[in-house]
Amino acid sequence: MDISLQNVEYRYQVNTPFERLAIKDVSIDIPSGTFLAIIGHTGSGKSTVLQHLNALLKPTEGQVVIGERMITPVKKQKNLKEIRQRVGIVFQFPEHQLFEETVEKDICFGPMNFGVSVEEAQKRAKAAIGQVGLPEEILSKSPFDLSGGQMRRVAIAGVLAMEPDVIVLDEPTAGLDPRGRKEIMDMFYSLHGTRGLSTVLVTHSMEDASRYADQIVIMHNGEVYKKGTPKEIFSSPEGLLKLGLDVPEVVRFQLKMEKSLSIRLSKTCLTMDELTDEIAAVMKRGTAT
Amino acid sequence: MMDKMIFGRYVPAESVIHRMDPRSKLVLIFLFVCIVFLANNMLTYGLLTAYTFFMIALSKVPIRFIYTGLKPVLLLVVFTLFLHLFLTKEGEVLFRFGWITIYEEGLRQGIFISLRFFLLILMTSILTLTTTPIEITDGLESLLNPLNKVKFPVHELALMMSISLRFIPTLMQETDKIMKAQTARGADFTSGPIKERIKAIIPLLIPLFVSSFKRAEELAVAMESRGYRGGEGRTKYRQLSWGLKDTAMLAMLAALALVLFLLRT
Repeated sequence: MDISLQNVEYRYQVNTPFERLAIKDVSIDIPSGTFLAIIGHTGSGKSTVLQHLNALLKPTEGQVVIGERMITPVKKQKNLKEIRQRVGIVFQFPEHQLFEETVEKDICFGPMNFGVSVEEAQKRAKAAIGQVGLPEEILSKSPFDLSGGQMRRVAIAGVLAMEPDVIVLDEPTAGLDPRGRKEIMDMFYSLHGTRGLSTVLVTHSMEDASRYADQIVIMHNGEVYKKGTPKEIFSSPEGLLKLGLDVPEVVRFQLKMEKSLSIRLSKTCLTMDELTDEIAAVMKRGTAT
Repeated sequence: MMDKMIFGRYVPAESVIHRMDPRSKLVLIFLFVCIVFLANNMLTYGLLTAYTFFMIALSKVPIRFIYTGLKPVLLLVVFTLFLHLFLTKEGEVLFRFGWITIYEEGLRQGIFISLRFFLLILMTSILTLTTTPIEITDGLESLLNPLNKVKFPVHELALMMSISLRFIPTLMQETDKIMKAQTARGADFTSGPIKERIKAIIPLLIPLFVSSFKRAEELAVAMESRGYRGGEGRTKYRQLSWGLKDTAMLAMLAALALVLFLLRT
């Protein structure tokens, strides 16, 4: 399902002394099958953008097109359930949304809200719990008896069981240990590939963005600062560094090396393998371009 | 959804009312609540209303903001009006239509009592809109201090108050967040039959309870680990200072009370 934000502006608490412009003139296209990363500092408007993707927020200016539906500031929206089912959002710290007596019931909550039968929901719960790397026995436990990391996975399973076409992730790995991070990100990446999902990842981690995304959007002060492929974004890292944003370790290494040896490699490398090949090639030739 | 709530909300601004000592504001509101009952005719109610709107103007809080914030409460005011209109059966009959009869006294009382109610709400809103929760508790603690002599736990009470006030916005944010998360999972809080809607609250309430308990425990641990042990010998970072404007404000209210007393029938 294609999603497209067109010149979207959003103000919080319009007509009060607390009125605040969160995002302005944001245009982002997310064609079906894209893996998009949204990067920016806290308060740059990332989370506001994300809530427009399944019509939790209605833009105060501009429009959002989700599949065939058009969300505009004026039109009163009815029956948004279909959108909610097709666009699953994993919020930051999703473990806070758990509430049922058992893990199974909690995972079934989403699908059953969208009219799936109990049996089908339970089947999906079984599948989802496996996908997030938890044993099936956990289904009968109370979600509040689990560890933080397990709760996070259960919450994610709850969204996966809705079987959305687009999955939106708001810093899904915040507060997890490095191994948990990698496992969860790899899981999303493989789902993205096998199910043909569109994935939108809001993150602080440049490493994740460069490793998984095919499109990156940089947000700054509520506006789109830059968008492009990881190569385009990271090949001119000066702007990013000026905003106080990081660049991936590999890019940082390459920059430093180029500076101290006063050479310039032919391209910006995003993975360690690419960089080593590039360096090997330079050493073979004896000179850099 | 919670955006428009003004209950317990502080609107920062530079105004006389904002700069007043919280103690004088508390005393002023307390006295106002008493003298509201002095008014019993058009003139006195007019004076009270004028005074209230004068105070709103002084506070520099946009009136439109107060209006949108108080809309739900206005409903209650209108309800009071109608109760009196239909249930008071004194004085001349003004109007008769089918089974509805409206008496003169009913109209009079309805208007006066709902107006009184409305003014009280306005004045107390000015207090909370112009005073930070911390100031209110500081003021209250200082006003209640004499009760310490009879072993009344003033400091603990003030602490409880400031903690609960402090966490209102946090709880609101949390409610908003969890509501959004559950809405994204297909929960529906805004439509459907009453029974369904009540059921829909469970996925909201349970996470809120869980996180509140967790937060309370974290707060207790944090206080304990910083060696908190109550108010004894504790000095204050914010010092309260009673100024000329405080005395002047109270004097103005006293004058109003006197005039009301003379003009009431």
